[in-house]
This record gives sequence, C-alpha cells and structure tokens, in this order.
Amino acid sequence: MVSTMLTWFVMAIVATVGAKKFAPAVPNERIQTRLRDMGYVAVFGYVVMITMIVLSVDYYIGYSLGDSMPGWLQAISFFGPQKLPFYGWLINGIIMFGAAGWLFRLIGRRVGTEWTKKMFRQMPVTASFGILTIIIYAIMSIFAEMIAPYGQAEIFDKINLLPGGDPALGGDPAHPLGTDQIGRDLLSRLIYGGQNTVGIAFATTCLAFFIGTTLGFLAATIGGWFDQLLSRIVDMLMAIPQLIFALLLMTIATAWAGSERALLTIYMVVIIAVLDSTRVFRLSRAVGMNIVVMDFFEAAKLRGENMAYLIFREILPNAYAPLLAEFGLRFCFVFLTIAALSFLGVGIQPPLADWGTMVKDLSQFINFAAFSPLTAALPLLAAGAIALLTVAVNFVVEWMLNQSSGLKE
Amino acid sequence: MHTVLGIIAKRLLLGVVTMFMVSVLIFCAVNLLPGDFAQAILGQGATPEAVEAIRRDLGLNEPFVQRYLSWLMAVLQGDFGTSFAEANFSSYGGATATSNFGSVAQKLAPRFYNTIFLAGVTAAVAVPISLFIGILAALYRNSIFDRMANITTLSSISSPEFFLAYILILILAVLNPLLPSLSNIYDGMEFSERLQKTLLPALTLTLVVAAHMMRMTRAAIINLLASPFIEMARLKGLSPFRVIIFHAFPNALAPIINVVALNLAFLITGVVVVEVVFVYPGIGQLFVDSVKIRDIPVVQACCLVFAAAYILLNLTADIMAILSNPRLRHPK
Repeated sequence: MVSTMLTWFVMAIVATVGAKKFAPAVPNERIQTRLRDMGYVAVFGYVVMITMIVLSVDYYIGYSLGDSMPGWLQAISFFGPQKLPFYGWLINGIIMFGAAGWLFRLIGRRVGTEWTKKMFRQMPVTASFGILTIIIYAIMSIFAEMIAPYGQAEIFDKINLLPGGDPALGGDPAHPLGTDQIGRDLLSRLIYGGQNTVGIAFATTCLAFFIGTTLGFLAATIGGWFDQLLSRIVDMLMAIPQLIFALLLMTIATAWAGSERALLTIYMVVIIAVLDSTRVFRLSRAVGMNIVVMDFFEAAKLRGENMAYLIFREILPNAYAPLLAEFGLRFCFVFLTIAALSFLGVGIQPPLADWGTMVKDLSQFINFAAFSPLTAALPLLAAGAIALLTVAVNFVVEWMLNQSSGLKE
Repeated sequence: MHTVLGIIAKRLLLGVVTMFMVSVLIFCAVNLLPGDFAQAILGQGATPEAVEAIRRDLGLNEPFVQRYLSWLMAVLQGDFGTSFAEANFSSYGGATATSNFGSVAQKLAPRFYNTIFLAGVTAAVAVPISLFIGILAALYRNSIFDRMANITTLSSISSPEFFLAYILILILAVLNPLLPSLSNIYDGMEFSERLQKTLLPALTLTLVVAAHMMRMTRAAIINLLASPFIEMARLKGLSPFRVIIFHAFPNALAPIINVVALNLAFLITGVVVVEVVFVYPGIGQLFVDSVKIRDIPVVQACCLVFAAAYILLNLTADIMAILSNPRLRHPK
C-alpha cells in the first residue's frame, strides 16, 4: 500500500517535470502556451486529477463488467473485477442526476414563456439540477399518500424483510425495500418520511421568517429602545450554539409534554423557529435600516400611513431578493437541525416516519455491507435523501446570489 | 499600545457579561418550568412527602433570585450540583441528602478531556488541509480545481454530519477494516491506541469543518489578492512565490486566524452528533443522554460548558482580528 503510493508519487513528479520540459514539443498550440505559462504546482495538480480519473474509470469498468472481464483487460487493470456495488451506484447516480439536470435545462430552454426561457439559458447545470430536485421532492411530499404503497404506521406480520424483493434472499416482492423490526414497509416510510421531514422543516422556516422579518422590520422602523432591547435579546440567544440550546429547550419541552409525545413535535417546531428567527431578525433589520432612510419611505411616513402599511407595502417589496436567498439557506439549516434532533432521538416522534430517526434505527445494517450491500444502503438512502435536498437548495441559492449580485468572480 | 489593551479589556469584559447573561438564560429556561421539578422526577405515583423532601434537598423552596445566586456561586467554584440520574431518590424518604454522591463535576471531567482530545485531533488534521486547499483554490481560481473544490465543499457542508459519518464508517471500517467504527475509550489507554480510536470521528468532523474553513480562506485570499499592494509587487517583477510568502501571507494571517477560530466554534455543534454516532465518551454524548432522561443538572452544566467554549472562541477570533489589523488597532 505505502510502496504503491510512493511509486505513484515519484511517477507523478517525473510526469510533472516531464510535461514542463517537453512543453515546446506539444503540437497543439493552445495546450503548448497554457503548459508554458502554468506553474509546476498546477501541472502537478493536473497529473493528480488525471490519475484519479483513470483510477475511477478503471474501478467503474471493474464493477460494471464484474467477473465477465476479459483476460487482457484484467492484466492492465489496476483494481481488477469488483464485487461491491457502492462506488458503481455513486457513479451511476451522478451520471443520472447530471443528465437529468442537463435535460431539464434543455427542456426549459424550449418550453415555457420568454422569461423562463431566458432564465434557463443563463443557468448552470448545477442550478437546473437543484430546481429539478426541489420540484421532485415537493411532488413526493405533497402526494405521499398516493405514491406510497402502504400507510406509514401500518404493521405487517412479516418483520425484518430484506430489501430487493427476492424471496430466496429473505425478501418479498410486495415490500421492495423490506420491512423494519416491527414490520412496517420501509419504502412507504421513506416516502412519508419525506413528507414529514420536509413539511415540518418548511413550516418551521416559514414561522421563523414570519417572526424574524416582522420583528426585524419593526426594529428598523421604530428604532430607539425597542431596537436596542430586541437586538440585545437576539445577541444573547445567539451566544449559545443553536443545536445545544435547542437540545436544552427540548429537555424542558419533554417535561412539559409529559406522556403526550405528539405535542413534542409541535414544541420542536416552535423552539427551532424562535431560535432560527434570530438570524432572520439580524438580516431583515440590516436590510430594513437601509430602506427606512430612503426618501420614499420618509414620504410614506409623512403621509401618515400606519405601521402595517409601512412594513408590508414599503419595506417588504424592497427586501425580497436578499430575504429569498436567506430563506433557502435558513431552510437548509432548519432541515439539518431537525434531522439531527430526530437522529438524536428528541425530534419528530413516532409513529410519524422521518428520515433522521430512520437513519438512527437502520444504522446497524451498515455492518452487513460486505454480505448484503442493499441492506447496508438503507440507512445511507435516508441520510442521502436529506443531503440531496440540502445540496440542491444550496446550488439554487448560490446561483440566485450570483445572479442578483452580478458577481462572476 | 495603550488603546489596544483598552479595546481588548473591553472585549473581555463584554465576554464576561455575555457569559453571565447566558448563565441567567440557562437557569431561567430550566427553572421557569410550568410543572414541578420534583414531581417530574418522581413520576405520578409520588407521595407528597417524597416530593417535599426532594424540594427541600434541592433547595427548590427558596426564592428564585437566591437560588440563582447560590447556583452561580457553586458553579464558579467548580461545583455543578448532583446528577439526578446518579442520586438515588427512593432512599430519601424525608432524610437529609447525602451530598458528594454522583456529582456532575466528577462526571464531566474525564469526558471534557476526551472531547478536547477529539477537537484537538480534528484541528490538527483540518486546519493545515483546509488552509492549503483554500489558498490553492484562491490562487488558481475559476480553474477546474477551484470548481471541483467548490462543488465538493458545498456538498460536504450541505450533508448532515451523520451522513458523512456513516459513509466514512462504510468505507474505512466495514469495507476496508482500517479503523474501529466504535470509539470505546477508557482511562489509562496508550496514546497511539487512543489516537487510532479517535481518528474516525475526527475525520468526520474534519470533513464538516474543513469545507467551511476552506471556503472562507479562499474568500479571504481572493479579497487580498485584489488589493493594490499585491498588484504593485507583481508589477515590480517579483516571483509569484515571493509575492505570496512575503507580501500576501503576513496580511492574510489576520483573516485566516479569524477563520480558524470561528470554525472551531462551529465544531461544537458537530461534536454532539458525531460523538453519538461513534459512541465516543465525550461531553456531547453525555449531553444527549442527559437530555433523554431529563437529568437537568447535567444538561445545565453541559450547556454552560459548550456556551463558554463558543463564547471564548468567538472572543479569540475578535481579539485576533483587532490585534492583526492596524485600522482596528488605532480607531479614529
């Protein structure tokens, strides 16, 4: 292992120096000039990257051909035939998602109004992939009742069915992802988990925004002692790390809720919304401060408009762009916090299905990776579903921020 | 020099005040519970005498401010109270409390050391890597490296900590058994063994923190490279190496130290989840366990420790920023 890496390292340095030395001999003029102007570090970086790409392709070929790999290929292949599918799934997934995003952008450029067509023309693939993913998640969550084959709390008498649906391997075609330890269909729970986790996170973010923007704009408009008071309270709340504070408050909420576990979910929504509204407050106060000094706002104030008009008709329309981007980021943050709380066992309560709890419950299966890759993939599937949505939202937010600031940096 | 000391003293004072307010907040949050505390511990079958005994032992009958002050005084002397889980309330039956039994401080101390160890290993791995990649990404920005680094870090920031943890377990513990997936750490362990068992959680935390650190470093360096004195150095005909080491680096130190301190503060939230995944015996694990069994004194103490670490790191970031920036050092 060490000697292989050492050999590779020496070879990579030789290749780097060689590429620089023989740069003038390269026939293509564009590559020649780029190679000439490039530093040694950059050339080395390219060598590393090319090695990684070659190794990945090699491994992927080994995975997809398996034992049917011809002899001459096995002789030149570094890894040889592979049995474990995880890496192959990853590559297939990336290719599929990339292609879907690209196709979605292609369709968006042809179909729709002039405005959307223009939007899609300027969009990078990452952003179109993000939008597509968000749409799919939204559809899955809204129509979970119709899509899921069974109910989320429905219990079957076949427990611990393995995924794959093959009766010879301990599966059942009726339950493609198997059942859990008390006999609930995992596919249905995964779909309902999306509905609960995404839905609750969305509601929490909306609540946090309602509290945060209202108070933030009020602080900006009224100013003085009101502003000072709110700002100091927010400073204090932000001095404790959010997850820690949420856990502390959840302890109290458990005492409060007593035996009614369902109430706990509602308490969690309120707690996280309040804690998260502090950041929204800061932003909306800062944005509001810039707006209240403008002339049109002064005019509205002199007209004698009431507070609600000032906030919702004068400030809000001018604060849309930064707030919208913030909404995406906040949603990710809330989503991850809720998932973490559920993972730790104090978030969304059973019988509601949710992804964080599912990861925790299924996490032991990861030890079976060598024997039954599909079973081991179950906890990763739930965790990956969380990651995929946040990645998608982040891609879209980054694109939006780039759009609005005009930064091409 | 005088003004600098003044500013730093002011910041420190502000930190102390914040810490005080946080302690008030934590105490209020726990003690303004609508239900009764003693009732909550004993459950529904409790006799009024037993409830009364616990109240007396814990001093729940005293006025609020007095309770807070005595709690604060005790905390300042390192006494965080008695853990509910360890104290055996059924033996009370009206008798006086047997103190010095299952004290929170005793429980906390070894775990505190473990968590610091984990954080230290993480920092030792994460800081050099992320600074190196961040500077490279800034130097070769908009190249294919930069794009790759951008997509990778964005994905790693967006993933929940436990996702990264399980992927690392899958790759490094299950498929290639290089590291143990559970960190059972005990006292008197050899350093190398302890390090080996800490490595997997530390790597997970590295993935979480390094992504943030790398992005912030990149932004700081790009900001710096756009400044006129760098352009001047380039136009003078200095070698790129010299420009970076002698002109950019001393000026980049300030933002980089700031980035490191901020991200170590960010680590605190990650520690809780990662310790639970790897069953690492640190404060995070203790905290979550105590939350589940409603062991209020332990929850309070953990919360205080985390908040203190968070405030301290943010304070360090602040002070470093002032010390290394002449414009902040000599305010008009």
